[in-house]
Amino acid sequence: MDKFTQHLGVAAALLQANIDTDVIIPSREMKRVSKQGLGDGLFANRRYTLPGSREINPNFVLNKPEYANTSILLSGANFGCGSSREHAVWALKEYGIRAIIAEGFGSIFYNNCIRNGLLPLVLSEKEIAALTDFVWSDPQSNRIHIDLEKQQVTASPGQIFDFAIKPEQKEMLIHGLDAIALTMKLNAEISAFQQQYLKTYTWLN
Amino acid sequence: MLSDTDKKEFIIVSKKMAKTLFEKIWQQHVVTNLEGDTSLLYIDRVFLHERTGSIALKSLSADGRKVVNSDQVFCTMDHIVDTFKGRNDTTLMPSGQDFIVATREACVEANIKLFDVNDPQQGIVHVISPELGIVQPGCTLVCPDSHTCSQGALGALAWGIGSSEAEHALATKTLRVTKPKTMKVEFVGELADVVSAKDMILHLIGEYGAAGGAGYVIEFCGPAIENLGIEARLTLCNMAVEFSAFSCLIAPDAKAIEYLQNRPYSPKGEQWERAVEYWKTLYSDSQATFDNVITIDCANIGPTITWGTSPEHTCSVNGVVPEVKLNDNGLEDQSYIRAMDYMQVTPNMRLSDLAIDAAFIGSCTNSRISDLRVAAKILKGRKVASGVKAICVPGSTLVKKQAEQEGIDKILIDAGFEWRESGCSMCFYAGGENFGYQKRVVTSTNRNFESRQGPETRSHLASPATVAASAIAGHLADPRDYL
Repeated sequence: MDKFTQHLGVAAALLQANIDTDVIIPSREMKRVSKQGLGDGLFANRRYTLPGSREINPNFVLNKPEYANTSILLSGANFGCGSSREHAVWALKEYGIRAIIAEGFGSIFYNNCIRNGLLPLVLSEKEIAALTDFVWSDPQSNRIHIDLEKQQVTASPGQIFDFAIKPEQKEMLIHGLDAIALTMKLNAEISAFQQQYLKTYTWLN
Repeated sequence: MLSDTDKKEFIIVSKKMAKTLFEKIWQQHVVTNLEGDTSLLYIDRVFLHERTGSIALKSLSADGRKVVNSDQVFCTMDHIVDTFKGRNDTTLMPSGQDFIVATREACVEANIKLFDVNDPQQGIVHVISPELGIVQPGCTLVCPDSHTCSQGALGALAWGIGSSEAEHALATKTLRVTKPKTMKVEFVGELADVVSAKDMILHLIGEYGAAGGAGYVIEFCGPAIENLGIEARLTLCNMAVEFSAFSCLIAPDAKAIEYLQNRPYSPKGEQWERAVEYWKTLYSDSQATFDNVITIDCANIGPTITWGTSPEHTCSVNGVVPEVKLNDNGLEDQSYIRAMDYMQVTPNMRLSDLAIDAAFIGSCTNSRISDLRVAAKILKGRKVASGVKAICVPGSTLVKKQAEQEGIDKILIDAGFEWRESGCSMCFYAGGENFGYQKRVVTSTNRNFESRQGPETRSHLASPATVAASAIAGHLADPRDYL
């Protein structure tokens, strides 16, 4: 899995609450039994003029030239709510998004981000508004810096925001850990637990 | 006699020892504690479906990993399969067949029980898991599907996960889970006639917002919950994810135990006795404390419907579209403006003035036999308004069979509904069948998101009763006028 330690990038704002995973990638864009080939479907209903088309909608923020190479999204409350489709995260990553700064996240989406090396980062509405103000006038120059080690987001030198993240999730991202491999090291413990457990809860065997 | 200080101490100690239902199930499943408040939890059951299960199984196999305890893993074909009579692997969704075939092959390879396209027990995962007795009180069950929280209705700790997490559960029989906070949502008072579990959950989300449950595991309780049947509880719990909760639970009571008796995968004989004895211990101790408590009086709940593109955009079915919400900075909330524009509604517009193009009864929210009975009661001897496309998709093949034995299919067909084979169908649009560009749909499903049911379709979430009444009226309508 990709590691996430620090990142400096262009940020684009989708300042709306409840951007759901159907918006991030419509179901009809999940065409193959694969984690690849999803970047084109990212935000398809907004990025293109008509559903199913590939004609660029010039009004959508990511299509504007000043937002070329966007790698950070700024959004509102409950980003990634809805469907559990991990395709939303795979599509964001394939497009080049490395971090999402929002007021909150859907819990399944949040975990999917961690499992794929994408940083979901929570700041307050006011802090996100400040970042948006900073970016707005010249997104290519006014890049945002994220330091996961220090748990800080920096806009201009005077604008530094601290953020919280659970230690387990931070470790996973910083070291690019494979959760399954990590857990498999505990296989002996799991087997012992299971043996004991199924002696008590016999009907679950 | 205890002194006052002793009494205080006694209360503090008993409160510390007192546990919520969630804490009891959580502790029982902790294999080991990891960093911070994350634990490695033992997972009793994994359920998969062809939409997201196929990719999890394929990816697991590509990494050279195996499914452990495959006899506790189940899979169904529900998401992509067509719902027409005589269906097979081919689908209206382009490439849908690839998902079906890949899933079948992966299940054979991993030795996983599959409820295949034309299996008599096939159906929507959250309908068949309870129906077959696969989910049981006190067990942990995960599925790469967000509506897995439905199954908390039987007192299981069941929650939706992504594909990577599904691989983790399949390969290790565990998941690394950060402990959620606890919330008690108590429903007091009595529900009025025709007002249902769907109205209760829409009301809750409307009052507290689509992120109102974020970070919490919810226990639904109170007299109104006790009065609900198991199927209604499944409806209520189904939409906990639309409240952004980690998941939800209802303590298993005599109704839950009776519901599970003699189901195909329920424990039998002596095992049943042992299980029941244990299930009876699954409740929140009276002294147990929650991180948050919400109380809702059912007297304030009427038939509820959504006007916008988030489940929090609710109003009374005979009410009006609200004013645009203002955010903390006093500015108009952009998500409200966008939702109103998308739905082609304006503040103070009467919902009953909105003509509909289609009516849909189905999905893991409202497709069980009790839902179909309610719809049939309203539709009996009546006709769907001309120009309205009306479809009913039973939640499982067994529900369909039961409905046909009761003559419900005939009532619905006579009224003008299409009667389909079981599946998720048009709860979501995967590129195949849909309601059409910008069509307005009244639907018993769970998500009114943009383009969820078709290209720019406008979905209004409601109970099966409201869907049936609206189908007859040709516009959004109050079911109380059709009793």
